Amino acid sequence: MNITNIFNSSVGKKFIMAITGMALFLFVVLHMIGNLQVFLGWEELNRYGAFLQGNIELLWPARIGLLVVVLLHIWSAIKLSAENRAARPVGYANYDPTAASYASRTMLMSGLIILAFIIYHLLHFTVQTKAINFTGRDFVKLEDAKGRHDVFAMMILGFQNPLVSAFYIVAMFLLFLHLSHGIQAMFASLGWKSPGYRSLISRFALIGSWAIFLGYISIPIAVLLGYGSGYLNEHGYLKGVLK
Amino acid sequence: MNLTLRVWRQKDANDPGKMVEYPANNIIPDMSFLEMLDVVNEGLIAKGEDPIAFDSDCREGICGTCSLVINGVAHGGQRGTTACQLHMRFFKDGDTITIEPWRARAFPVLKDLVTDRGAFDRIVQAGGFVSVNTGGTPDGNAIPVGKVESDLAMDAAACIGCGACVAACKNASAMLFVSAKVSHLSLLPQGKVEKNQRVLSMVKQMDKEGFGNCTVTGSCEAVCPKEISLNFIARMNREYGMATLKGADIKGRSGD
Ligand code: FES
Repeated sequence: MNITNIFNSSVGKKFIMAITGMALFLFVVLHMIGNLQVFLGWEELNRYGAFLQGNIELLWPARIGLLVVVLLHIWSAIKLSAENRAARPVGYANYDPTAASYASRTMLMSGLIILAFIIYHLLHFTVQTKAINFTGRDFVKLEDAKGRHDVFAMMILGFQNPLVSAFYIVAMFLLFLHLSHGIQAMFASLGWKSPGYRSLISRFALIGSWAIFLGYISIPIAVLLGYGSGYLNEHGYLKGVLK
Repeated sequence: MNLTLRVWRQKDANDPGKMVEYPANNIIPDMSFLEMLDVVNEGLIAKGEDPIAFDSDCREGICGTCSLVINGVAHGGQRGTTACQLHMRFFKDGDTITIEPWRARAFPVLKDLVTDRGAFDRIVQAGGFVSVNTGGTPDGNAIPVGKVESDLAMDAAACIGCGACVAACKNASAMLFVSAKVSHLSLLPQGKVEKNQRVLSMVKQMDKEGFGNCTVTGSCEAVCPKEISLNFIARMNREYGMATLKGADIKGRSGD
């Protein structure tokens, strides 16, 4: 028996789920740190944006890697959930999910809604489909004073729509739920949760998931409170010059 | 006390089954839950009806035969207690109590509240043992065992194999049971020798029986009458991972 056996066994599929979950958690952390540069101003954020986009040789392997990780995460989720459902063909008339947290019981649902959000989010800010940003403006054409893609203006414009921001915040809340259980479960599934670390891991999961939630939602909230509108005015974005 | 019971009745394995209501009157609070069912059954027999079938053996919380989901909780919800050790004082006069069998594909209902838990036996047969050696009886204390390991092994060995973990898990996963059986052997020097093939074989059999997967909700630990810790599941996952990485084999090759 060798390592490929993990694709067939229950514990093995949980390994895949946990390892890909860990990779995605790291991505979410890095992505948040990247995004938070919006608070350093347009200069910094646009430089960072140009830096990421400027290395095709790194950008595409990273994107493909991320896609593979996401697909494996989803594949194991679907496979495991189907098995779980099949394992109890006749349910209880009265079932009390003793000690099981709400987050732990709704991982599939929170995951699927986050997936829907990710698809929207990619169309919104990566592919920059004009029809779904609800500003009537083409994000691809935004350019800053130094001739770089104006990521800063795109973020501010994007989040000024309260509905877009609301969906974003709801999705981040579901991500918070997903992670509050997922981070702990990941350590348990990989067998890294020995008794000595149990409380440390729970605390890490709690703090980690809160930090991610607050970090991400701080951006749409700041924008809705007026952050960055001065910049848009200065550049005439609000008058629709670049339409 | 007077109670209303809603009990799962099912003639045999092929009957679809249904919930049936029975009054349980003049119940003494000091009766155990099973004694209460005995009283109800006597009433049913007197009326010429089929008594409610349920499993029991020791009735002192050590054999793991009793297996009732009471009000949605395996063994009824008193911490560290089997259904046979649950007493009627745990309930209030006038309560309605639902009683259902363990629900899992791997534990098919045979009649009413009785399920076939042979799946657990087959998992143990797959590797939950130390291979017998011939020769003279070894000297006691010839093999040193650390106090911590010995205590931990005893904690795992407390598992009575009742199946409440499976019944309580939203996924009907048997991970707590299997991890207890794997751990109580692999923690000790006699069992360590075969630990790689054991964990692989037992997990393989567990999967074959059609149990669900662990999502670490902790329901199993909460209902376990022997309070087996969720930590054993993490320990088994670790053992399984190591055995897999080493390329250990179910048939013999240890990987070490
Ligand atoms: S009948 Fe033996 S443990 Fe309940």
